[in-house]
Amino acid sequence: MSANHTTPLIEMADVTKSYRMAREKTTVLHQVSLRVNHGEFLAIVGPSGSGKSTLMNIIGCLDTPSEGSYKLEGLEVTGQSDNKLTEIRNKKIGFIFQGYHLLPRLTALENCELPLIYRGLSGKERKARAMEALERVGLGPRIAHRPNELSGGQQQRVAIARALATNPPLLLADEPTGALDSRTGMEVLGMMEGLNRAGQTIVLITHDMEVAQRASRSVIIRDGVLSEQERRGGDETDAGAQDGSHERVVQQA
Amino acid sequence: MKLTQGLRMAVMSVLSNKLRTILSMLGILIGVATVIALVAMGRASSNEVAKQVSSLGSPNSLQITISGRGTVTTLSVDEANELEDVTNVAGVAPITSGDAFAKYGKTQVSVEVNGITPAYEDVKDFPVQDGRFIAAPDLTNHTKVALIGVDTAKDLFEEEGEDPLAAVGKKITINGYHFTIVGLLESQGSSLTGSNDEKILIPITTAQKVFQISGVSTIHLMVEDIDQMDAAVAGAEAVLYEKFRGNENAYRVFNQEKAMETLNSVNETMNRQLIYVAIISLIVGGIGIMNIMLVSVTERTREIGIRKSLGAKKRDILFQFLVEAVCISGLGGAFGIGLGYVASFVIGMMMQSDTEVPVNTVILAFAFSAFVGVVFGYLPANKAAGLKPVDALRHD
Repeated sequence: MSANHTTPLIEMADVTKSYRMAREKTTVLHQVSLRVNHGEFLAIVGPSGSGKSTLMNIIGCLDTPSEGSYKLEGLEVTGQSDNKLTEIRNKKIGFIFQGYHLLPRLTALENCELPLIYRGLSGKERKARAMEALERVGLGPRIAHRPNELSGGQQQRVAIARALATNPPLLLADEPTGALDSRTGMEVLGMMEGLNRAGQTIVLITHDMEVAQRASRSVIIRDGVLSEQERRGGDETDAGAQDGSHERVVQQA
Repeated sequence: MKLTQGLRMAVMSVLSNKLRTILSMLGILIGVATVIALVAMGRASSNEVAKQVSSLGSPNSLQITISGRGTVTTLSVDEANELEDVTNVAGVAPITSGDAFAKYGKTQVSVEVNGITPAYEDVKDFPVQDGRFIAAPDLTNHTKVALIGVDTAKDLFEEEGEDPLAAVGKKITINGYHFTIVGLLESQGSSLTGSNDEKILIPITTAQKVFQISGVSTIHLMVEDIDQMDAAVAGAEAVLYEKFRGNENAYRVFNQEKAMETLNSVNETMNRQLIYVAIISLIVGGIGIMNIMLVSVTERTREIGIRKSLGAKKRDILFQFLVEAVCISGLGGAFGIGLGYVASFVIGMMMQSDTEVPVNTVILAFAFSAFVGVVFGYLPANKAAGLKPVDALRHD
């Protein structure tokens, strides 16, 4: 299991992000430090405007920090070129967006193949991997459907399959249940828990405390400042795994 | 990303948005079709010119017109025949011409009558289809025999209920003199100087008597080596200069090739202007593509953001949009070629001339349309490639 890696998957130290708007400098993130090990299921919770989207963009290498260091699997992200960031995204991060972000003209299978195309895999291998990912999320029979022929929950599952298709070390989910009704939302979360149990590292960004409860560890971001949160309890089934990660959290804190 | 995959993706995108594709390729389509139709038209008119000029005589012929100004006003048949001694001249056909009334039965037509020598047949390449040509004894004996053109034969005999093709042997009068038709000329169509089939040919000596003239009015020369045309012209001019005692106004040497060159250069100038117009329309078409592509980039900002977040590099996006632009313009070019062919065919039917679509023009038009796609696709493609994924994803 990837949890055995000695280097942490995410290692942020004093990351600051500020924007210059007109003449004013707005700092969105204040010296955020975060450490995520392989195999963790971390929830980043914060109200809107807290800077959690900015943090997610930085974790997802869609944006770079203004100051501080961010290492993804030991590789420094700060100061990398646009092309290099793209490559990192493709290889290391699977995105699950709130609005699914599927391409409407492509079928479920083609959507899943997309990141593999940019990786330069052959058609045969792409198809095999995309199929496998779709089977994992239980959409095997629906590979030829376009997004508008699928329900919201199914679309989000396609998005998860697309994120999984590249076998990324990190699954980064931005409000994955935001556009779903609570039942489907819980289904999607259950699926993510299952993936985590199978060893997938997941970072989930949400404003919903209830959703964050499903993660094994939560951090709270408020006005650009990150703080660890003590867990108030969890599912009995996950108790063992959670205890282990909880200990690490305590150590870090 | 692999090249073929990029191409496939671009083609799919082009095909999936048909209306947009059709609208944006319309400009290029019309541009290319215009180029091809115009070039085909230009070719048709230059073919026409070539045909008309060549109907004046084969390209190795020279024509000398005697205008008869100055002290020496005429050139006799024998003097004209001396031109044969000029180097590179293979044949000389002196001609006298006049208008006369030909009559058969009750039908009378006004017709051009040329007095000729037997050399006329070879020099003008104008044989008979029935009967015989005028021979040397006809000249010495001043016989009253005539060769008749097909149109004149029709005019004369059809009215009288006779078959014009059976003209040989019939007797007609020309200006009151009785003539026997000994040959029916081949049909040669019309040229710049009028119909070649509306004429009667008689021996030159007979013609001089009938029209009461002593000299020749025109001399046709056949040149042996077409490359040495200029030498033949110079030689003939030298002889004539001497005969007319230095009066250059008394004769004019008309060079077949020179005439063709002049007419063709006029044609070429016209064609070049047509091409400029066509190029401008292609550029306008390119700007159309650029507009649509720019709109398309804005419209697809989110798609670009998704692609970038999934690992599409700057050059992948650039390539995709560039290929799309080239696809659209290339497709427009291909359809334009088809339309151009159809147009040139229709024009050919309407102008009743042979339009011709040269292959290199087709290739050039297609290459240029693809090139327009690259040039005008670059700006939108670059804009798309430069989008930041964060901003692009936030875009709705």
